[in-house]
Amino acid sequence: MITAASRNALRTGVILFVFAVVGTAMLAFTHDRTEPTITRGQLAAKRALLSQVLPATLYDNDLLSSQQSVPPDALLGTRQPSALWIARRGDQVSGLVLEAIAPDGYSGEIALLIGIDIDGNVTGVRVTAHRETPGLGDYIELAKSAWIRQFEGKSLTAPPLPQWKVTKDGGAFDARAGATITPRAVVKAVRNALDFFARHRATLVAPPVAQEKAHDDAE
Amino acid sequence: MMTLNEFRGLFHNGLVKQNTGLVQLLGLCPLLAISNNVINALSLGIATTLVMAASSGAVSGVRNFVPNEIRIPVFVLIIAALVTVIDLVMNAFVHPLYLVLGIFIPLITTNCIVLARADAFAAKNHPLHSIVDGIAMGLGLTLVLVVLGAIRELAGQGTLLSGIDLVFGEAAKGWVLHVLPNYQGFLLAILPPGAFIALGLLIAANNWKKARAEQRAHAALPVPA
Repeated sequence: MITAASRNALRTGVILFVFAVVGTAMLAFTHDRTEPTITRGQLAAKRALLSQVLPATLYDNDLLSSQQSVPPDALLGTRQPSALWIARRGDQVSGLVLEAIAPDGYSGEIALLIGIDIDGNVTGVRVTAHRETPGLGDYIELAKSAWIRQFEGKSLTAPPLPQWKVTKDGGAFDARAGATITPRAVVKAVRNALDFFARHRATLVAPPVAQEKAHDDAE
Repeated sequence: MMTLNEFRGLFHNGLVKQNTGLVQLLGLCPLLAISNNVINALSLGIATTLVMAASSGAVSGVRNFVPNEIRIPVFVLIIAALVTVIDLVMNAFVHPLYLVLGIFIPLITTNCIVLARADAFAAKNHPLHSIVDGIAMGLGLTLVLVVLGAIRELAGQGTLLSGIDLVFGEAAKGWVLHVLPNYQGFLLAILPPGAFIALGLLIAANNWKKARAEQRAHAALPVPA
């Protein structure tokens, strides 16, 4: 027997259900319509960021699709696998872009994107995420100052390794008075990333593993 | 239909008498978090206004079909769906700005002023009135956000409209007004405490203005013999 109360509850439930269905349909429709644009925008943003640290004249491959995963590495400051993009001109590897983390910023980790050419010279560095003090340590952002550009053209030999410090510690990289912890962390992270590249250069520059495998299989 | 007087009344209510930021003190979380410059403030204000107009209209349109017991879940569902639509549309068409406003777009859902107007006004009034009420309330919030953003940006970095290129593209970079050249910056204004202090000053100014108006009204009354 259906009481008035349960009939009322059923009616209420159905109404709520109808609203949920209409709402979901609206979201599905919008998602469907905006998804291609959103994906395109995200790819374009990523591509623009990569081209900031590695000049487009250095490569002719599609940098985004060259993405590889690098296992966590102390030199990169990573505890999770990070991304790496290999730039090629023709068949030759001409450089790469890697993600690195400076773990010892003033307020935690500073995420970096570092471009390195085949000879081990830095082609560009950008800070992609940080929590440094606004107005004090945030001059490592290109939007705030050109500080981050002083890495361009540097390598492990120029300046010599002992000079990979901020000027206050007797090094070659200048830092603003009052905020030396932040640049110190960034300088160290870039140096370590170059070190990482130097140690893994042979494997990174080698032809893609997939091709070798295919070759092996053929034999 | 709506008379001009009703229309004016709703706007006066939203912008002045029941201003969300200065009088009702609702939705302060985004108000304080996003008011560090004019562009952020204006963008979030406009997004909130859009949501309020759309949600008030929608809530008012369905008000006769929604049983009283489930009106809150239904209103929340409507608001959340509309916010998600705006979130997706902003992600698609103004991606850089979307990155700046980040979490505060989805958080419009939880901005109590949206639900408050849906329940207190839209659920009892004609859709047209409700839409106007939503817009007026949203604009009231936008107004406070922008004033607060201007104060904090000016005191904090000596500029106005910085970050406008995120909305209009690279070409707009030259539109930033460097009001105080060679300004060293005032960190407190940009950090969260600056938001509380500036909002406090605005509320105080608003209360002072109201008190003075009341005093004058009293003074104008004929003194009983």
